[in-house]
Amino acid sequence: MQQFPCPFCGLRDETEFHFGAEAGKHRPEPAPDVSDADWADYLYGTDAPKGAAREVWVHLTCGEFFVMTRDTVTRAVLGADALPGRNI
Amino acid sequence: MTRYSALSLLREGLRGHRGWQPAWAKARPKPAYDAVVVGGGGHGLATAYYLARNHGLTRVAVLEKGWIGGGNTGRNTTAVRSNYFYPESVALYDLSLRLYEGLSRELNYNIMLSQRGMLIAAHTPAQMEICARIANAMQLNGVDGHLMGAEEAARRIPLLNRTCDARFKCLGGVWQGRAGVARHDAVAWGYARAASDLGVDIIENCTVTGLDIQAGRIAGVETDLGPIRTTRVGLAAAGATPGLAAMAGVRLPIHTYALQAFVSEPVKPMLDTILLYLGTGTYVSQSDKGELVFGGGLDRVPTHGQRGNLPAQETVVSGLLEMFPAFAQLKLLRQWAGVVDVVPDSSPVIGPAGPDGLFVNCGWGTGGFKAIPAGGWLLAHLLATGTHDAISRPFDLDRFARGRLIDEAAGSGIAH
Repeated sequence: MQQFPCPFCGLRDETEFHFGAEAGKHRPEPAPDVSDADWADYLYGTDAPKGAAREVWVHLTCGEFFVMTRDTVTRAVLGADALPGRNI
Repeated sequence: MTRYSALSLLREGLRGHRGWQPAWAKARPKPAYDAVVVGGGGHGLATAYYLARNHGLTRVAVLEKGWIGGGNTGRNTTAVRSNYFYPESVALYDLSLRLYEGLSRELNYNIMLSQRGMLIAAHTPAQMEICARIANAMQLNGVDGHLMGAEEAARRIPLLNRTCDARFKCLGGVWQGRAGVARHDAVAWGYARAASDLGVDIIENCTVTGLDIQAGRIAGVETDLGPIRTTRVGLAAAGATPGLAAMAGVRLPIHTYALQAFVSEPVKPMLDTILLYLGTGTYVSQSDKGELVFGGGLDRVPTHGQRGNLPAQETVVSGLLEMFPAFAQLKLLRQWAGVVDVVPDSSPVIGPAGPDGLFVNCGWGTGGFKAIPAGGWLLAHLLATGTHDAISRPFDLDRFARGRLIDEAAGSGIAH
């Protein structure tokens, strides 16, 4: 069992975490000007990077979302940061 | 090419098996091809075969970064079936099943198709109603399938856990009699042999490092064995597809996950069908050698590494023991994982992507093996004609912008 670091709770079993999405997406605005293609890319588009990846995860037991940086080949965790504005 | 037959086997047996030829020719890349297929798994090899067989295109190369059939084609649990919900999906997967039914003869290569039927087992009256809905949809879509009751299920699978402490009792479920298993390596090797015989170059240990795009059109591919000129490229690389598409600036709706499979030590015949439990997501069949071949849901951690994690193993194995508690005495022989390309609506993406001349066949997620003949057939049609076959049109990448998803996760109860 791998352990992931929650910025608030420390190292916990991977089963306590849920992958949310790739980090860094920005919702296109204003909505009336957004093309179908841009909206579809925002909803569904991914990079699925091989190697270092920045991802939004949620620690299910404390309910906090945070950004985890991982290597998607080795599964090594490279870092975990609270979202902006969330004090640890 | 020597035709395989009982006679040729007898002749070679009498000669000490010294006359067999390699099944396919190992090729080095030529400077130019009419079409290049990236990915030497089942889908890529089938694409090359149907390009030659259906469309007369034989200046075709299949580029494989490892060895053919070494990715998900050799890592699945070999089930083939068409028990889906939506008409578009049934048309697609049943095309594949029909092609599988004739494939050993078509390729002159025994893929050992065994149509032993598959039961998707339900555990509650509500799940039985969903199963009835799926069975009705299958019949409306012209595919064999019916609702099986608890009695018949118990008769077919006598070792099922029917004790009072069973967490998930089998009340019956959806039965498809034409579902079955096939030898997955033979599917790759059979297509490779038949394609090679028609003049296709199969190039192993060749990694694509870039796509040459000029004025919005594909002009070639860059590889570690040198550049290749071509105006048509088909990507059939499962979990590696996002990285290849990115070379053309295309983002796909794909997350990559590891999917694990397991084989137990061999035991005497005790299960002559494929069984899937809706309650646990675990599915199992017994191989001709007696091993139990089983798997379940995805690892929940996005990855490109072909290794599984322990929590998913625990879930899958405990699901197997829920079906058959006696299996707790068995040892596992092997466990492995492949990297699957999962799309939000659990349906494949087949169609043009980005620059003119680039086509993808991806997004099969956990169910690509059963779709190999159809995936190859349809990608070959796209590469040869530049346009969709009617069966692949609904699975175009544009469905995400049009909002016309084909949500088989909701429709046929895929667990992810």
